[in-house]
Amino acid sequence: MSTIKELLSQKILVLDGAMGTMLQRYQFSEEDFQGERFKDWEIPLKGNNDLLSLTQPKAIAEVHQKYFEAGADIVETNTFSGTTIAMADYKMEHLVEELNYESARIAKEVAKKITQQNPDKPRFVAGAMGPTNKTASISPDVNNPGFRAISFNELRLAYKQQALALIKGGVDILLVETVFDTLNAKAALFAIEEIKEEKQIDIPVMLSGTITDASGRTLSGQTAEAFLISVSHIPLLSVGFNCALGAKQLTPHLEILANRTSVGVSAYPNAGLPNAFGEYDETPQEMANQIEEYLQKNLVNIIGGCCGTTPEHIKAIATVAAKYSPRKINALQLIQN
Amino acid sequence: MNSFSKTENTTHVKRSLQLSGLEPLIVTPESNFINVGERTNVAGSKKFLRLIKEENFDEALAIARDQVEGGAQIIDVNMDDGLIDGKEAMVNFLNLIVSEPDISRVPIMIDSSKWEIIEAGLQVVQGKCVVNSISLKEGEEEFLLHAKKIKRYGAAVIVMAFDEVGQADNYQRRIEIAQRSYNLLVNKVNFPPEDIIFDLNIFPVATGMDEHRKNAIDFIEATRWVKANLPFVNVSGGVSNISFSFRGNNTVREAMHSVFLYHAIQAGMNIGIVNPTMLQVYDDIPKDLLEHVEDVMLDRRDDATERLLDFAETVKNNKSEKHKVDLSWREEPLQSRITRALVKGIDTYVLEDIEEARQEADKPIQVIEGHLMMGMNVVGDLFGSGKMFLPQVVKSARVMKKAVAYLLPYIEEEKLKNPPLTEEKSGAGKILMATVKGDVHDIGKNIVSVVLACNNYEIIDLGVMVPPEKIIAEAKEQQVDIIGLSGLITPSLDEMVFLAKEMQRQNFEVPLLIGGATTSKAHTAVKIDAEYQHAVVHVNDASRAVTVVGSLLQKETATQYKTDLKTDYAEFREKFLSRTKKKEYLSIAEARQNKFQIDWKTEDILKPNQLGVQVIEDFQLEKLKDFIDWTPFFRSWDLHGKFPEILEDKVVGKQATSLYADAQEMLSDIILNKKLKAKAVFGLFPANTVEHDDILVQHPDNLKELIRFRTLRQQLKKYKGKPNFALADFIAPKESEIQDYIGCFCVTTGFGTQELATEFEKNLDDYNSIMVKALADRLAEAFAEYLHWQIRTQDWGYAKDENLSNAELIKETYKGIRPAPGYPACPDHLEKLSIWKLLNVEENIGVKLTESLAMWPAASVSGYYFAHPQARYFGLGKIKQDQVEDFAKRKEITYQEAEKWLNPNLA
Repeated sequence: MSTIKELLSQKILVLDGAMGTMLQRYQFSEEDFQGERFKDWEIPLKGNNDLLSLTQPKAIAEVHQKYFEAGADIVETNTFSGTTIAMADYKMEHLVEELNYESARIAKEVAKKITQQNPDKPRFVAGAMGPTNKTASISPDVNNPGFRAISFNELRLAYKQQALALIKGGVDILLVETVFDTLNAKAALFAIEEIKEEKQIDIPVMLSGTITDASGRTLSGQTAEAFLISVSHIPLLSVGFNCALGAKQLTPHLEILANRTSVGVSAYPNAGLPNAFGEYDETPQEMANQIEEYLQKNLVNIIGGCCGTTPEHIKAIATVAAKYSPRKINALQLIQN
Repeated sequence: MNSFSKTENTTHVKRSLQLSGLEPLIVTPESNFINVGERTNVAGSKKFLRLIKEENFDEALAIARDQVEGGAQIIDVNMDDGLIDGKEAMVNFLNLIVSEPDISRVPIMIDSSKWEIIEAGLQVVQGKCVVNSISLKEGEEEFLLHAKKIKRYGAAVIVMAFDEVGQADNYQRRIEIAQRSYNLLVNKVNFPPEDIIFDLNIFPVATGMDEHRKNAIDFIEATRWVKANLPFVNVSGGVSNISFSFRGNNTVREAMHSVFLYHAIQAGMNIGIVNPTMLQVYDDIPKDLLEHVEDVMLDRRDDATERLLDFAETVKNNKSEKHKVDLSWREEPLQSRITRALVKGIDTYVLEDIEEARQEADKPIQVIEGHLMMGMNVVGDLFGSGKMFLPQVVKSARVMKKAVAYLLPYIEEEKLKNPPLTEEKSGAGKILMATVKGDVHDIGKNIVSVVLACNNYEIIDLGVMVPPEKIIAEAKEQQVDIIGLSGLITPSLDEMVFLAKEMQRQNFEVPLLIGGATTSKAHTAVKIDAEYQHAVVHVNDASRAVTVVGSLLQKETATQYKTDLKTDYAEFREKFLSRTKKKEYLSIAEARQNKFQIDWKTEDILKPNQLGVQVIEDFQLEKLKDFIDWTPFFRSWDLHGKFPEILEDKVVGKQATSLYADAQEMLSDIILNKKLKAKAVFGLFPANTVEHDDILVQHPDNLKELIRFRTLRQQLKKYKGKPNFALADFIAPKESEIQDYIGCFCVTTGFGTQELATEFEKNLDDYNSIMVKALADRLAEAFAEYLHWQIRTQDWGYAKDENLSNAELIKETYKGIRPAPGYPACPDHLEKLSIWKLLNVEENIGVKLTESLAMWPAASVSGYYFAHPQARYFGLGKIKQDQVEDFAKRKEITYQEAEKWLNPNLA
């Protein structure tokens, strides 16, 4: 079976779409979120999507399956908030290892099954490591700009725990994603490097930042290029952007990455910009058409969808992606990785 | 793994030092010398050390900012001092720097001799930093350990030419240590060679000691060797060391720095710490001085040092004294001076400069189109990118207007001499601005006008209370390109809808801008955009106005932009309409069932000490000073933040402070010279709630009905246990048989405002014109707050013992409320008519109601007083048709009339 690194220079790899959008369709109630195990939990659990890997594992597997069937090469584990930091909201810090392990296991199982059905198209699992709900370089208190709600070391330890559990659960890739504060991402990368050294393993790492608005900057204020420079010290499988913007708005920022990095470039934008009510309404075809522009410009190696995207979107994207060859990656960097 | 051997295949361009703050800094062989700011270094700056010791971080930050503004491309931060906790100071200061986008845009050099300080620094900076420094001083093991960590944190590193034996002080030692360090870093820890910066030790020359004679040349030659033999690395150093022995003679020192750099840069030094004010331009160094300095630098003569010492005596410092106002910018070219005057809002020299420009120009109009517009473009760019704030822009406009006023007579004269062949359309476009009929609020509109004017648009400002016919007529007459409507009170929304219909009927095509506090994108999309086939845009702040107007008027973009707008608003409208249906409402009867229940007890109700109507004429403004809530004042200038913290705010603090100083100055003048008049009328009456939602107000003596206040009740279906509020719930119902009381009031500080504003406008001073209005508004609010306090503690007296600070007053921590008609709890403006009737407001203090029921003068506040401890503010939200019908019946007006006034609240 080809490795993900080999495939990256052979074809455009397709990433899955939104997990949250799909889970909304199930309209799970508080009781569904709780399951039997957490039925007496002291705080409401509705909205804790990561928990569904424990209480509604079938649904999670089903979503993964649908994305694979739509043509995704890689699915992301249901672990966006799987750190002690993000789980503190639900007082579920002690469950973090289990959540990540189970989420990885579920996704990997589906991936194996689908790969067996069609060994010519191997499927992969990326362990999703979200940004947490705290920022290491922005003060949450406008009146006290020197204050920080979280430290680098706290983030490093939380990410390390998450990454270890994901690896144990069988993920093929680690995906540090939706990076709104580069310092948070640097803590995650630091933790991953420690694991690689301590365990003497090598695992590909994807990194995906978020350009928050039309200013073209991350939430923590960096331009796309400054962001790229700030994370280039670690060998990466790919670097890219996801969320916040639609495919159209993301184009100029991807161009910067594509021109300046020698590693793979990934993009998984939202289904357009949210409308006034926070809904995403770009249709699969509209989004795929937009993405075709990336492909024509040779900007990406990995393409998928974020908020508002569904298997229908991924199917449309996969169909377009199959027509194009991937952006050329500096061969040397691959050896280095 | 040897990454170096692999790199030979890659292009060399890629292997260049790349650093980042918020923005990238890429150091290629073609780059100019990278200058590192060194003033934020406790070891090098006594002032900075003092500030850090005193924990005066604001001034310390100002030093960092000055460095960046002065051109430093990296800033060095060093906290190594025995008397401070270096780690804590480093972390605190870096955290603050990171919060300052105009500082943290550049990369940071974390400078310490202690590893724990370096590591703490690396943990708080998101960008790619430079560590300053590591060396082989403590041996290979520690060197490699630190290098590995630095790599993992994603930083570049300065490597000192230092080893176990000591500091390299000659050519051979320098290159040996550099070679050894390089091999270790690149081969053992796979450190990217482009991220290595060697500091090859700059030592003083001309010390009189023979062993120092080659200090400069050894450094320069070692640099040349390193650059030739150690691929991709960089070389740096602290330049001022070189001239150490000439302390006190800046003329010589500056020449020495320039000469040294000239040669070192040629040899390959590409980064360094240089004080730009201590640098002479190489070509400007007098020949004799240059020769003497180069003799020393390049060790060309045995007696070079003595000769330079002798010569130095003859070149005494001829620099002007410090601490004078820095007028060096007056030496700059004309355009920079004009631009600077506009950017800084300084009008001291502008007429002088404009005259100079006029004499140079062929036609006086060219000064406006050229020099002034160029300057204003800079202002526009800075404002657009968030680097200038609104008060500064308004000050810029003041300078601009003065300059234009000076030129006008010359332009007229020119026109007489050479009449233009055709009437040229001036400016980028013509924009009509008006506050709609019935509305008197114009601060926001004036700000938008000024900002647009700064961007070269011609503004036709029709002022306030402009009837639609006039707007239409002027728009036609003047052939404007855009119409901008503003309004603050809710009835203005309907005026805007009317105007949109009218524009449609008369086949207008120009875009319509909508702005003002009560306007919203939702209202604009649903109610206004639907009535007009051409572009309608909701613009909520001054900075956005510029972009919107630009897109609307730029030929290349306009059509597409307008189409996009139309689609956007249509989609928004559709979504909005489909969504609003989802909300659930109670019938008015059900809502009344779920009213807010107070357990009425006589002890909770106190009869006012003084019932009936009272008038206050000519109240002393001085007393209001401490009651002013300044936060909204700053907001009206688009400066957001709480007072007084805003004065220290990292982003807008400087502006806020200067604005506040200007406001204080004007306020003192207003108070001292009684430029505004404060008047009030208020009344306290017996009252009871009847039929759920009406408040029956009675005559203090005979309890006969004076008037009924009609309140409105929330109808949105609430969560279980949450009541549907109406203000009437806070007054004891008739059935309780408890006599309750209510009050109402109107205060104004607006008399005199218009005259002052007009006076300022005559002097082309929009800044102060806006200022006086903003201050009058604040005084009116302060007066309302003051009067409420007086009522609570004296006239009504239910809170005699209240002892609250000004801050607590602003936070409204007191008992009782003073809701105002037209605001969320009682959005119905019609109730003002009842208050006017009850208190005889117009006759008593002269405040009038316009046809839209706005108060005139604008700086006025009116409302009710409710005293019950459980009385609270709430928002009415949307109401249903059944309540409107009921309300119309109670008020004895037609349904159509009621619907018109309650329109914004209709579900």
